Amino acid sequence: MQQTRSVEIGTGLFVLLGMSALFFLTTQTTGGDSFSAAETYTVEASFENIGSLKSRAPVAMSGVTIGRVTKVSFDAETLEARVRFEIDSQYSQIPDDSDASILTSGLLGSQYIGLQAGGSDTYLEEGSEVYFTQSAIVLENLIGKFLVNAGSGGDE
Amino acid sequence: MRALLRDIYSTSHEFVRTFGAFQLFFLRLLQHSPRMLLRRPGLVVKQIYNAGALSLVIIMVCGFFVGGVLGLQGYANLARFNAEDSVGTVVALALIKELGPVITALLFAGRAGTALSSEIGLMKATDQLSAMEMMAVNPVRRVLVPRFLGGVVAMPLLVAIFTCIGLFGANVVSVNLLSVDVGAFWQQMQLSVAMDDIREGIFKSIVFGVVASVLAVWEGYNAIPTAEGVGRATTRTVVITAISVLILDFMITAVML
Repeated sequence: MQQTRSVEIGTGLFVLLGMSALFFLTTQTTGGDSFSAAETYTVEASFENIGSLKSRAPVAMSGVTIGRVTKVSFDAETLEARVRFEIDSQYSQIPDDSDASILTSGLLGSQYIGLQAGGSDTYLEEGSEVYFTQSAIVLENLIGKFLVNAGSGGDE
Repeated sequence: MRALLRDIYSTSHEFVRTFGAFQLFFLRLLQHSPRMLLRRPGLVVKQIYNAGALSLVIIMVCGFFVGGVLGLQGYANLARFNAEDSVGTVVALALIKELGPVITALLFAGRAGTALSSEIGLMKATDQLSAMEMMAVNPVRRVLVPRFLGGVVAMPLLVAIFTCIGLFGANVVSVNLLSVDVGAFWQQMQLSVAMDDIREGIFKSIVFGVVASVLAVWEGYNAIPTAEGVGRATTRTVVITAISVLILDFMITAVML
């Protein structure tokens, strides 16, 4: 009897330990699905260059994730990238003249869309468009500009 | 020449026969599993204890040091590119997707698999299994199924524990000893580990648990009932489990990528 009890206790402890390890793995090592809203509204924006923005990338305002990119496509008429993203419906008071820029989290981190609030009285809603956008900073272009500036500066 | 051909024929014939017998054996185990699980859960719990709780020490110690060495290697090699902050990502992905399931399966085969097959082999050598049959107790159901189920339940839990301890070991080595920033370690990890990666690890651990347990039980049940036969069955358990786990790991990874 005593022996069965200790076996049961050992098994119970083992299973609890295993379960908590699983729980730790699923909650602490991933941060991927931090955004999960029941109701969202979809907004679109055109970018000249999206860098390496992927769908499922976060959409953040003041650094807080409020949405997620759902689709990245290329518009053959305007020759620009079309990005569709959804925003949690509880944030329904984002001015429609807000601007969207593609930023990078950390030096080598992944890219995300940062929204900067505008001053308009009308708000973004389902299907509206963000007109003010800023492209991703592509490192090669940046270096190119720097070299051109350095070159022209040296001439004077 | 003819003798050689005959040899090849009989060897491959024997191989196919064994493989088929193994499939049927596996199906028999599965067929009896739900009933045993519902009717005699006590037996299964006992085997979870044997296969899981008693393997904890080896799993935890090995997990700690595997994580630690990943931290060391990750740090030393990423430092060449000034990317020490990514050490958390490297360690976590390696542990969750590959090393956790694979090394745990190998350790499991060495610790629990051998115990299972030698136990069952000895039961066979000392005619305990035949005695059960005489008493109209089905040894497959009474002896093999609970051991199989115990291994199947224990393995994913062991993998999760191994992976967590490994992360902890990597944290100790790279954060506490090598001065990687603790925030960078965990945040880079959380940024790049997706739910799919964890799902892949769990899927692998379940598959390996089934494979390792069924092979251990099979080898024990088919051991030649002598001292030498039991010893050989124990060795074969480790060898065959290691081979099948590594091959399956390659195939699962290839399919899931």
